[in-house]
Order: sequence, then structure tokens, then C-alpha cells
Amino acid sequence: MKELVQLLNVFSLLSILAVGGGSAVLPQMEHETVGVHQWVTADSFASIYSLGQMAPGPNMTMVGLIGYKASGIAGMIVVLLAFYLPSSFLVYVVSHIWDAFKENPWRDSIQKGMAPITIGLMLAGVYAVGKTASFEVSRPGWFNAVTVAIGLAIVALLFIRRFNPAVLILLSGVIGWFVLRLN
Amino acid sequence: MSDPALSPAPVQEAKPAPTPSKIFRVFFGIGITSFGGGLVAYLQDEIVGKQKWMTEDDFLAALEIGQTLPGLNSANVAIIAGRKLAGPRGSLAALLGLVLPGAVILCILGVLYERFHKNPDVAAALAGIAAAAVGLLLQVTLKIGKKQFLRPLDLFFVIVTFVLSGILHVSLVAVLFIVAPLAIMLYRPRNNKAPTP
Repeated sequence: MKELVQLLNVFSLLSILAVGGGSAVLPQMEHETVGVHQWVTADSFASIYSLGQMAPGPNMTMVGLIGYKASGIAGMIVVLLAFYLPSSFLVYVVSHIWDAFKENPWRDSIQKGMAPITIGLMLAGVYAVGKTASFEVSRPGWFNAVTVAIGLAIVALLFIRRFNPAVLILLSGVIGWFVLRLN
Repeated sequence: MSDPALSPAPVQEAKPAPTPSKIFRVFFGIGITSFGGGLVAYLQDEIVGKQKWMTEDDFLAALEIGQTLPGLNSANVAIIAGRKLAGPRGSLAALLGLVLPGAVILCILGVLYERFHKNPDVAAALAGIAAAAVGLLLQVTLKIGKKQFLRPLDLFFVIVTFVLSGILHVSLVAVLFIVAPLAIMLYRPRNNKAPTP
């Protein structure tokens, strides 16, 4: 029960703080779930995040799996409700009265000021997942070289052409299956 | 995100409002077919294109609200679209339809992961997939942040936020309520300058 309350607290706060989309809360989520509460290991956090990329719908639905690892099905349900409901209620109410703010000059200021913060948070999210998924000191150098190369190759490919990310993910899984073996 | 110039909104009468169960079915369809991110584009195709529930302009206005407020952009757009179509029940139907299929599939993936992640074949494939996920997120960050990386003041805030949140684990509340107000103040509306058109 205590676990469920903690899950509820952590993820409902993340829901309200997810400015600019779900990726902005990744660093804080990683810190809370791996470092503070130890619901998942750093390794499984990275794996769960990547499972989220393979499922349809919003990628951040993967938070449910963190709840599942922490306390089973009840944990999953609590986390999904905590992560989706607070921001949804807020949007429901505010979108009603949005027109009142339409002409306010501060809206432009807020958008311009928030943009670099969101980007900084997303970069921190890349770091939070990448420090286990792309480059981990305990793994051999060649292994890290391959995982970093896969990530950079995907960045380059997506800038060249709008490939379907799901296909790139599957291909990377196949490459991993052939190459990324430790024994 | 989308190019409004590509498809000008056709002038037409609004169709009769759909029922919550119809809304659920349509969003369920999006929720189960939208592999690989870019969910907002799927939403736009369906809501504006196929169902003609919203005009292009209405959709873009909803997207702007969805991006400004906290929460996932796709979920926020679903909430707003659902509200416009059928009130609170419409919002609930849209959100559930969008999220449920992925949640069920993730449940299955999670059980499989639990059972097989120690298997060397699966572990190797997962390592490749995780490496790819980092690349996807980095690419989105670079693409959205193009402007911010090139403007020194913005870059300063990007780096400060990255270090505080990513390296020092300063809480998100502190970052959002200390760093963000500073950035917003620097971009505050200036009345003495030429008014923006």
C-alpha cells in the first residue's frame, strides 16, 4: 500500500511537470525510480523505455511497466492513472478558458522562455537513458562503440529521410542480436 | 510538426457530433496502429482528414494548447478534441482509446521481458533496441531544438537545465520554478520596442 502511494505521488507530480511533452520528465523519472525508490534498475529503466518505443500509442505509456515492476498490476494501474489524469484534467479545464489568454503578450514570452528549458530537459533525458543504453563503463569498449554507433546512425538517418522509427528500432534489434553478445 | 499550407481546410458544415463510443473506436484505431512515434500526425490525419471532426485551424490551435500545457502532446490533443466533440465523456473516450491498446501491448511485452531478458539472444536484441531508442530521442531533441542550439542565450539555458537536471539531479520543481522564470523574464514583452505585428 505504501508503495502504491509513493508511485501515485511520484508520477502525478511528473504528470503536472511534463512541460513540452513526456520526454522532459525522463531525467527526473529516472532519478526517482532508479536512484531514490529503486523500483527498477538502471538497466531495466533503459529497457522499459525502449519497449515503450516498440508499442503503438504514446511512447510514455511505458511508465506503466515501471509501476508493474514496483508492485504488479495494481502498480501499473496506479502509475498510468497518476501519469495521465492530472495533466489531462488541467488541459480539459484550461483549454476552456484558453481564448482569454490568446492576445496576452506574456504567452509569447512564456513559450520563448520555456523552449530552451524543455530542450535542456530532453537532453538530460537522452543522458539518463544513454548512460546505460549507449555507454556504460563496465562493458567492453567494442560494445559501447556499437551501441553509440547505432544511436548516431539513427540520428543521421532520420535527418536524411523520414524513416519509420519502428523499422529502425527493429533493425537495431536484429543488429544487436547478431553483434551485441557479451559471452 | 505539420504544414498547414499543405492542406487548406475545406469549407464545409460540421457533421453531427459523434457519440463517445464512436470517439473511442476512432481513437482506439489510432492507438493501435500508431507505431514509431509521431502520434500527432496520426491524430491529424484521422481527426482532420478522415473524420472531418475538426478543421485544420482548430486542430493546430488544440495542438498549441497541448504543447504549452504539461502532459503528453498527443494525449492533450485527444482530450481537447474529445471535449469539443462530446464534452467530458468525449475526452475520456478519446484518452482511453488512445492509451489502452499500447498499455495492453506493453503489458504483454513487459511479461515477455521479465521472462526472457536474461536469455542471451533476447538480451543482445534488447541492447540494440535500447541503443536505437537513445538515438531516436536525441534526434527529436536536436530537431525541435534547432533554433535553441544556435542562439547563445537559449543555449546557455539549455546547458544550465541539462546540468542541473541531468547531472546534479536538481528537482524538476526547482528547475521549472527558478530557471524557467528567469528565461521567461529575459523574453518578457517589451512595450518600448517596436510592437510585433
